[in-house]
Amino acid sequence: MKLLVLVLNRFFWFFPTVVGLMVITFTISHIIPADPVAFLAGDNASNEQIEALRRQLGLDQPMHIQLWRYLIDLTQGNFGNSLYTLRPISDDLSSRLPATLELTFMSVLVSAALGIPLGVISAVRRNSPLDHFLRIFTVSGLAIASFWFAILLQLLFAMDLGWTPLQGRSSGWGPEHITGFFVIDSLLTWNMEELRLSLSHMILPVMTLAYPAMATIVRFTRAGVLNAMNSNYVLYEEAMGFPRRVIIWKYVLRNALIGTVTQIGLIFGILIANAVVVEAVFDWPGLGYYAVQSILMSDYNAIMGFTFVAGVIFIIVNLIVDISHGFIDPRESR
Amino acid sequence: MISNLLRVHDLRVSFATEAGIAHVLDRVDFTIAKGEIVGLVGESGCGKTTLARTILGVLPENSARIDSGVVEFEGENLLDKPSEELSDKIRGRAITFIPQDPFSSFNPVFTIGTQIMELMKWKSPARDDPYYANSASRFWNGYPSTRYEADKGRVLELLREVQLPEPEAILAKYPHEVSGGQRQRLMIAMALLPEPKMIIADEPTTALDVTIQAQILHLLRTLARERDVAVLFTTHDLGTTYEICDRVTVMYAGQEMETAPSDGFFNTPSHPYTRDLLQSLPSREHGIKGIPGDIPALISPPGGCRFHPRCTAASERCSVERPDHTQISERHNVRCFHPVAHKSVGAAS
Repeated sequence: MKLLVLVLNRFFWFFPTVVGLMVITFTISHIIPADPVAFLAGDNASNEQIEALRRQLGLDQPMHIQLWRYLIDLTQGNFGNSLYTLRPISDDLSSRLPATLELTFMSVLVSAALGIPLGVISAVRRNSPLDHFLRIFTVSGLAIASFWFAILLQLLFAMDLGWTPLQGRSSGWGPEHITGFFVIDSLLTWNMEELRLSLSHMILPVMTLAYPAMATIVRFTRAGVLNAMNSNYVLYEEAMGFPRRVIIWKYVLRNALIGTVTQIGLIFGILIANAVVVEAVFDWPGLGYYAVQSILMSDYNAIMGFTFVAGVIFIIVNLIVDISHGFIDPRESR
Repeated sequence: MISNLLRVHDLRVSFATEAGIAHVLDRVDFTIAKGEIVGLVGESGCGKTTLARTILGVLPENSARIDSGVVEFEGENLLDKPSEELSDKIRGRAITFIPQDPFSSFNPVFTIGTQIMELMKWKSPARDDPYYANSASRFWNGYPSTRYEADKGRVLELLREVQLPEPEAILAKYPHEVSGGQRQRLMIAMALLPEPKMIIADEPTTALDVTIQAQILHLLRTLARERDVAVLFTTHDLGTTYEICDRVTVMYAGQEMETAPSDGFFNTPSHPYTRDLLQSLPSREHGIKGIPGDIPALISPPGGCRFHPRCTAASERCSVERPDHTQISERHNVRCFHPVAHKSVGAAS
């Protein structure tokens, strides 16, 4: 019941949030001193030609009129066309979204699968050599610049050792297009060669994205476990002789995960932002790479489209986090 | 002489704190007989809870240290046993626990039923019954399904005995959905379910309303009596002690001062501290009479008897030597060189 209220509430706030996001992005992208029209018209264009092109694209209008037109178009599902390729932005986004989501999901999965157990072990063996090692390991993960780390990984694993591909998403044709997620598509078509290719291409970008994410998860899980272990219910469970593994991996962990799940939601957003850099380094044909290109060329519609998609994903992820809180912590859902 | 179920002898426990080493228990002797209800009385910080936790073997690992002593349960020293054995055979089986705060002692994110059945899975008396050993596990969790059903029946029966309405419905609830009194009734039920020989109840009613306290205490007393279970009951409330305990041990600053049957304790207190403590209860004759001075810091406690700086009867000897037991009558012991003479004692309550 409370869950339904939550979903409706989020749904209600969805629209004002998105409009706010679009207004801010629109304003920032339009006040930076760049003129896409001059760039687009080329070096030899006369002033008259440039002005004509500006009128044609609607960029001669005052900014609030442009914004209003953009928002009206958006309600009809129209993201506009790219200023350069003239292709509809929605086509570009939908073809690239699965690549980014696949990378992000995989990174979240890897970082949670490693980070949660490591965080628990780190807390249980607090101040042991293992805990100290993990502390150094995770602080490095948080401090490291991802583009630099990505290049180091490329140099070591792809160039020197030759264990992994250097860049790209697949060196073959890619599996038959069903969902756009290469791993899922190659499983659906039972194409083992493509599965191997897409997984091996994912190793380095996922390592780059998952390392700092995992570091955050380890820190938060460790803190949550330590906090729970100091509680009265753990004292009770110990005094009543529950086996230690049951106390830690069932009763403590579930309490500790409340904080970790919130972090995973935030991490998801950070990963999409980080993907902008990582995709550029690994030449990954996703949204991030697309966003970098559009920013470099002041392709307004493309920037806005990317922001819209990233914002919506972030809102959805947060909703999922709230719902899963309801499942983990009964005090939230009733 | 009644044989002891539990005998604590010469127990010294210290804690590492930021200010230094705190000597929380100093050469404590304590006994409890089979089926006996003993109150462990003392002010906050006198070491009651530390003694309870030492017996259970759940002192904080990093900060606490047992410096000397034995904790004998049925003739075996628990301090020598490996922690796995204590956890498996003693804690939650032979000795169970009722916590001080029933609000925070339930895990907030699991249903009450999950937590009770987890207890039964590991601690049910039926666990040793070969009859259940070969039956199929319930799902994947290693709990034989026939034993689960039998245990659940016992749980429901006991929840009725502790006067909880609609036991089935309560099992499906989360801890925050039931009242404090109900939670403490659940804690009592959980302490009885493994059919223990002894229950350690650490100030079980401090967190409850005064009106509910008496109900809970009498319930605990009745159920323990019926089953011949010994209860070690720590409290700072002398009134409740008198109501439910067979015998009382009074502690001061980490030393036990006097042990007496309830009547003897309240009518003929022999230790000057006990006498002063009882006189500090409000009464018609003398109002409220405090004990001059302060509780000593346990980091640098006074030598000998720790009460001597505040004691009116103290002599030179009290500051250097801890008095041994002086027997006043059968089961009435006092650790004092200058016990209060019986005749001069005025009953306090």
